[in-house]
Amino acid sequence: MIASSATNAPAAWYLVLAALLFGIGAFGLLTRRSALIMFMCIELMLNSVNLTFVTFARTLSDISGQAIVFFVMVVAAAEVTVGLGIVVSVFRRRSSTSVDELSEMKG
Amino acid sequence: MIATAYSVQGTVVFTTAALLILIGALGVISVRNPVHAALSLIMTLFGVAVAFVAQSADFLAAVQIIVYAGAIVVLFLFVIMFLGVDRREHIQFEPLVGQRAFAGVGVAITVAGLITLMARSHWVSGAVSVSSKLSNGSGNVKELGTAVFTTYLFAFEATSALLVIAVVGAVLLARRERSAMSEEEAR
Repeated sequence: MIASSATNAPAAWYLVLAALLFGIGAFGLLTRRSALIMFMCIELMLNSVNLTFVTFARTLSDISGQAIVFFVMVVAAAEVTVGLGIVVSVFRRRSSTSVDELSEMKG
Repeated sequence: MIATAYSVQGTVVFTTAALLILIGALGVISVRNPVHAALSLIMTLFGVAVAFVAQSADFLAAVQIIVYAGAIVVLFLFVIMFLGVDRREHIQFEPLVGQRAFAGVGVAITVAGLITLMARSHWVSGAVSVSSKLSNGSGNVKELGTAVFTTYLFAFEATSALLVIAVVGAVLLARRERSAMSEEEAR
């Protein structure tokens, strides 16, 4: 691992932090039942990936990591827009945002 | 891994960011009220912005605050208010027995795998950067702009198409059917 600049915390700390954030987001996504909270957990996981990209951009001294974070943010914005549209249209039919009630396609 | 003599301010900034991120994230997955979850999400996003600034990604930190904490969380709050604020989830009730235990074990294995991968890998690939070097300490806005509008120009144009499609799709999804609307008006 490359030694980081003297004024900054080591990259490994940020990578561990991002891994923990990803784990918390994944746990929430797997256990919560409200579709809105599940979307927030997806945002947490996307943010942990962004943090990893920025950390590697600094560690490897390459701007590409930051450029990719920019694109991830755009895709996240699009995803939230469409996802919340789906939540609203499901709520119109069901009066609930719980994902347990959406079981029509169960085999 | 080389043991570096990192300074006190780097440690303080990292600790602040880590506390903001982890407390916010735990808040998102544990509170019952969705409005409180959205506010915890803002806390996490702010902590990530702090980590971005500490790693010389100033422009991304600004975008993080404006786009994420500004636009996306406001969109979340708007939908929460639209659907009704007082819809709380029963967290204590667990419909699938053992779901949390399985999720916890799976997530623990994933995180342990990520950390092991990080500890055992060597990141020096020797490859030449395809876009531009990162200038340490300064804002990197110029380098980022050059990379986005030269190396990643096609991806940039593709995201504009993606955004247009997403907006049209969201309008189509959230729109009410014309017949349903006229029925409601007739009532």
